[in-house]
Amino acid sequence: MIRKSFFGFVKPRIEYALLSDQHLNIVEIPDPKSINLLVDGPFNPGEATLLKEGDTVKTGQKLAPSTEKDAYAISPVTGTVTSISSYAGDFGKFYTAVSIDVSDQEEFDDQFETACVETTLPVARNYLTQLPGKLPLNFFNDSEKPINTIVIYGGDNDLLVTTNQYIVKSRTDDLKHGIRILNQISDVDHIIMAIPGEFLQGYGHIGAEVKNVPIEYPAANPFMIMKDTLGRIVPAGRQSEDLGVCFITAEAVAALGSAFQNGQIPVSKLMTVVGKNGDQQLVSARIGTPISHIFDTLGITLSEKDRIILGGPMTGASVWSEDYPVMPDTSALMVQDKEMIPYVSDYPCINCGECIRICPVYIPINMLVRFLEAGHYEEAADQYDLYSCIECGLCSFVCPSKIPIFQFIRLAKYELGRVNSAEEAHG
Amino acid sequence: MDKAKKFIVSHAPFWHNGNSVNERYYHIMIAALPAVLLGIKQYGIPAVGVVALSVSSAILWELAMNYLTHRPITIADGNAALIGLLFAMAVPATMPWWAVLTGTFICVVIGKHIFGGIGSNAFNPVVLAVAMVMVSWKDLFDFDGALLNYDLDMVMAYPLAAVKHFGVGAIESFSTADLLLGRQSGGIGATFGLGLILGGIYLIIRGFIRWEISVSFLLGVFLTAWIFNLAAPDRFAGPTFHLLTGYTLIGAFFLATEDSSSPVNFIPMLIYGAAGGVLTVLIRNIGAHVDGVVYAILTINLVNPLLDKIRPKAVGKVV
Repeated sequence: MIRKSFFGFVKPRIEYALLSDQHLNIVEIPDPKSINLLVDGPFNPGEATLLKEGDTVKTGQKLAPSTEKDAYAISPVTGTVTSISSYAGDFGKFYTAVSIDVSDQEEFDDQFETACVETTLPVARNYLTQLPGKLPLNFFNDSEKPINTIVIYGGDNDLLVTTNQYIVKSRTDDLKHGIRILNQISDVDHIIMAIPGEFLQGYGHIGAEVKNVPIEYPAANPFMIMKDTLGRIVPAGRQSEDLGVCFITAEAVAALGSAFQNGQIPVSKLMTVVGKNGDQQLVSARIGTPISHIFDTLGITLSEKDRIILGGPMTGASVWSEDYPVMPDTSALMVQDKEMIPYVSDYPCINCGECIRICPVYIPINMLVRFLEAGHYEEAADQYDLYSCIECGLCSFVCPSKIPIFQFIRLAKYELGRVNSAEEAHG
Repeated sequence: MDKAKKFIVSHAPFWHNGNSVNERYYHIMIAALPAVLLGIKQYGIPAVGVVALSVSSAILWELAMNYLTHRPITIADGNAALIGLLFAMAVPATMPWWAVLTGTFICVVIGKHIFGGIGSNAFNPVVLAVAMVMVSWKDLFDFDGALLNYDLDMVMAYPLAAVKHFGVGAIESFSTADLLLGRQSGGIGATFGLGLILGGIYLIIRGFIRWEISVSFLLGVFLTAWIFNLAAPDRFAGPTFHLLTGYTLIGAFFLATEDSSSPVNFIPMLIYGAAGGVLTVLIRNIGAHVDGVVYAILTINLVNPLLDKIRPKAVGKVV
């Protein structure tokens, strides 16, 4: 945890972790006995399905629980489907949970191998959106919002995490290949490789324009990369894709390269695991591995009232169950001891201005939070720049009243989103 | 695997830098202590009595309001104690007990809780209370009368009253060193210039008050007093005198910087502070009152919400 310095009038400088030699040992997590996959969209037992309990699946096989939806998962293991059920995530998201018992003999599915002779967008869309690191292919070939720039970020967008930096350092060939494929399937020529601070040399041959991103938090936030590295400001409430810029993680690009090169869909996810005392360890595990299995392997013991976080300390999401699986976009796992958990409170804003000084996009948070606490979301959006928020979490990090400001902001955006979509639906 | 294990689930961020409200108010009280201690040394047991009664009654008023409004008990956050301490610092050591009780009642109940509690008060509660007691019982704040029975080893005339009524000639006996070291009459904790400055610098370094407000307030006082002094040196005292007398220093470091009633953006803070400084000297030099700090701060508190509208445009804002 980063404490406030004695010299409180100086604006705190918080830096991303940089990859150092001590992070270079990767722990390979052995295959668990069973895995869980979460596929987007609720599970409706009535819908026609290609997947039943008792089916045997092969590694790399595409699993689509519903024939009516595009969502699918790639089976990371060979085994038997034991259950299919519905799972409710946060912010009103629903998933279909598929559990698979892992068998000893691993067999590889060959559907992708036959399909990948053609390097095209439909093939990639059909098999590769759930690659480790997640490949956002749905943005491409959208005639309303054409993508003209792809930014591959070779760092991580939270503190303590070094997953993507490791990929950039160790899998340069896959990355290079991935960039070529990305260029082929998306028809986007302008590909930028953004790399955090220090290691800029040695990427001349990678096939992308290399740019440097500062290491001070939150410089790696996509909105900040847009503003500071690309010099383009995303208007409040819009996404970078609206301006034709798509962000992809280095891990997904490397996985894309390796998929087309080997004819096999990569199913192992690299993650930074942060232990209770803040030590970082890179691990590689199959997607779908229950996180408790990773903690057991690393010898991290969890007790009652600890906190498990998927992602980093500033923007991650805590989960309530240690059976939660590794997802394609889980770049970090963090455990916090119950003694180390800072509490939040309902103490009022005292107007000290700490948040104002630290906010990277100059939101009048002292006013905003008063409206959000009272539930006046529309005024907050209209007058106090709710939609300018880039969700870095710094305001909550410094608030002396310990107001969960970031949570209020997420909640307000979610509620406004619901109101707006309801209005659209009912005219 | 123990299925029954329960984990804490909450929203990001999962770190906090350790800032807290309590820390803030306790440190402000610590920073105020040197000035209070010198006051107690000078005025003895009556000063102890006023400080103790003021702090304790402020805490009790707060407790009473917590019960009355069915809110959580907040006396531990230090805000009520700080209010009590600052009120005691502003009053003479001979303040009668009922006036202290009334003063802290105005501070905590009227100044703070009626406006909605901590963070919602439009005016600095202490300044509001001092102003109300001052207009209600004028004699209580006539330092020359109030401290009549004290004969300490210094000039016992209240410097601001002396210069107001008798002109610059009357204050020749005050040296800058005397004023800095608290050898002047006045409020219990308002006279020890050096102590207040050191306390203020400590608070600024630790980030508990906003330096922009204090510095611009002092600059406002200095420049305005200087201009007056240049125009009529025989009628108006010099800038150093104005900086070190009356409530200037306690106002600049402890009163004008109160969080809720002051702005948080850079330019508004400068305007707010400077306006306070200018008004202080205007009231002292050409107004009816002996000291202008109290009314100057109330005035800038009043314009604070308007000032704070001057703010940088949020990134991505579409107008």
